[in-house]
Amino acid sequence: MNEKTAIAAFFSHRTNLGFLALLGSAGILAPILNMAVPESSPVHLSSYVVALIGKYLCYAILAIAVDLIWGFCGILSLGHAVFFALGGYAMGMYLMRQIGSRGVYGHAVLPDFMVFLNWDALPWFWYGFDRFWFALIMVVVVPAALAGLFGWLAFRSRVTGVYFSIMTQALSYALLLAFFRNDMGFGGNNGFTDFKELLGFDLQLDSTRAALLVATIVVLAASYSACRMIAGSRAGRVIRSIRDAESRTRFLGFPVESYKLWLFVFSAILAGLAGALYVPQVGIINPSEFAPINSIEVVIWVLVGGRGTLYGAAAGAVLVNYLKTFFTAAMPEVWLYALGAIFIGVTVFLPQGLAGLWPALNRPK
Amino acid sequence: MNSPSPSTNLAADTDDRWRQLREAAVRRKVPVTLGKILYLQNLTVSFDGFKALNGLTLHVDPGELLCVIGPNGAGKTTMMDVITGKTRPDEGKAWFGNVIDLLTLTELEIVQAGIGRKFQKPTVFEFLSVFENLELALADDKSLWHTLVARLTRAQRDRIDEVLQLIALDDKRTVTAGELAHGQKQWLEIGMLLMQDPELLLVDEPVAGLTPQEIERTGELLLSLAGKHSVVVVEHDMDFVRSMALLHDSTSARVGSLFQLSFKTPRRRNSACQARPFG
Repeated sequence: MNEKTAIAAFFSHRTNLGFLALLGSAGILAPILNMAVPESSPVHLSSYVVALIGKYLCYAILAIAVDLIWGFCGILSLGHAVFFALGGYAMGMYLMRQIGSRGVYGHAVLPDFMVFLNWDALPWFWYGFDRFWFALIMVVVVPAALAGLFGWLAFRSRVTGVYFSIMTQALSYALLLAFFRNDMGFGGNNGFTDFKELLGFDLQLDSTRAALLVATIVVLAASYSACRMIAGSRAGRVIRSIRDAESRTRFLGFPVESYKLWLFVFSAILAGLAGALYVPQVGIINPSEFAPINSIEVVIWVLVGGRGTLYGAAAGAVLVNYLKTFFTAAMPEVWLYALGAIFIGVTVFLPQGLAGLWPALNRPK
Repeated sequence: MNSPSPSTNLAADTDDRWRQLREAAVRRKVPVTLGKILYLQNLTVSFDGFKALNGLTLHVDPGELLCVIGPNGAGKTTMMDVITGKTRPDEGKAWFGNVIDLLTLTELEIVQAGIGRKFQKPTVFEFLSVFENLELALADDKSLWHTLVARLTRAQRDRIDEVLQLIALDDKRTVTAGELAHGQKQWLEIGMLLMQDPELLLVDEPVAGLTPQEIERTGELLLSLAGKHSVVVVEHDMDFVRSMALLHDSTSARVGSLFQLSFKTPRRRNSACQARPFG
């Protein structure tokens, strides 16, 4: 097993191939059913559903990011929505600059909310966001920098377990409050919306939406593969050892803090990418994305799907969010109770999550 | 390198042991010109007024197997904690070789300097296989960037095989460590210690909870390590220490409140077992 390269080992695994095949067929079928199949056909997929799938798959990337650090390294981050939102804001800033003079106030440079606040110049941190490549770099760099700083402070002081989780919640809440303020320069509680185009493509077009869905699927597949390869390497075994016996791993000579820090940063980057793909597909980003409850929901997705499996986390994200869409439309007042019931039900009856059902069903009789 | 299987009669294998001693001297990184691999002087540790260690002085020769015996609470584990940097003494000195002041190093640096410790409770990684446990313990670049892409070299693989033979878990290499019997976990942990190739091994209560057969096997294993490594065994099971003494053709053991028992490698075969009171 150790003789194989990480890539060969990855592709020899049936689960991995199955997961990628599923994603690939979704990426091919959804645009065809949406654009090539006539609306009258029963298998036609409405643009609304395409956007919904795109949104779910962004959440799946976020869930994989959380599963990587929680399921494999035991770091329970209750603040991953922060990195998701920061990636989203970076992309949102680019989309705002793309609006140009087509805004309500028609200012060539300033976004509407700045005109409204009587600002006469662009704040320095908005420079460069008129270029897509710059925004893309920021999508990666900003979450990575925050995770790096936060993780460095936390891990070097050996803050672990529930204390770490509480600190990440505090971080979410602090950023939520900060982004609510108008003078932060991020649109206050309204955030960014009314996006027109991305790289010159109209965001309202079906083809643009299909392309965004395909991009999301590609990033999801790449994130899954990268996490799976990390988990399958010797580093992955070190990371799981840190989860189960941190001081023992340190005693073997592994720089535990450095492993945790880089894994946390990598996970934050994945969350940021998910946020950046999310914003053009849902058409809005505002401070509520930072809400502490969002980060907790991600953990529930991972728990429902099956911690430490990656594909389970992705499936959990899609399933729980599908249920959320269903409940909040059909009977909104029931949703939080339903979520609570799912959480308790899974914890009691499916401690391995839905992914735990798979080996149980496959076990030879 | 032919490591003697623990079941062979080691005392008879004098030439081989001499060769191993010479090899150990050649590859030794830690300068020991004063002749001691570990030198503890006047160590005092107190916890809230209780003196866990009171002026402990102890030294270990290169290649020596030293047993430290004493009842619970005599300060055996505290001594290990001081050597490995987990506890800082109130006063005293702790030197590794004659240039490394252990009291100035962090736990990680002490491991890297070449001191390995087996804890009282076996703490193998239960969800990894026996082989993977040894792989993680391998003396290799431990940084993330290396382990992300690392593959075992032939020499490393051979080394793991060699240790698997030594700890008699060769047929269990793919078994998850959590499924091993208690005694096998203890051996695996000793094996993991060996993978780090330390100059000095600290072995804390290796036979707690083992069956008599396992105890005997552990004794042979530890004796087979002396010469190549310096070994300090902390134990309160007198039967075990006595059986080690018997295994090594030793003659006498003296019982005090807390004392050391030293098995010298062939140089001093005739006085193989020494007892020096301390503590």
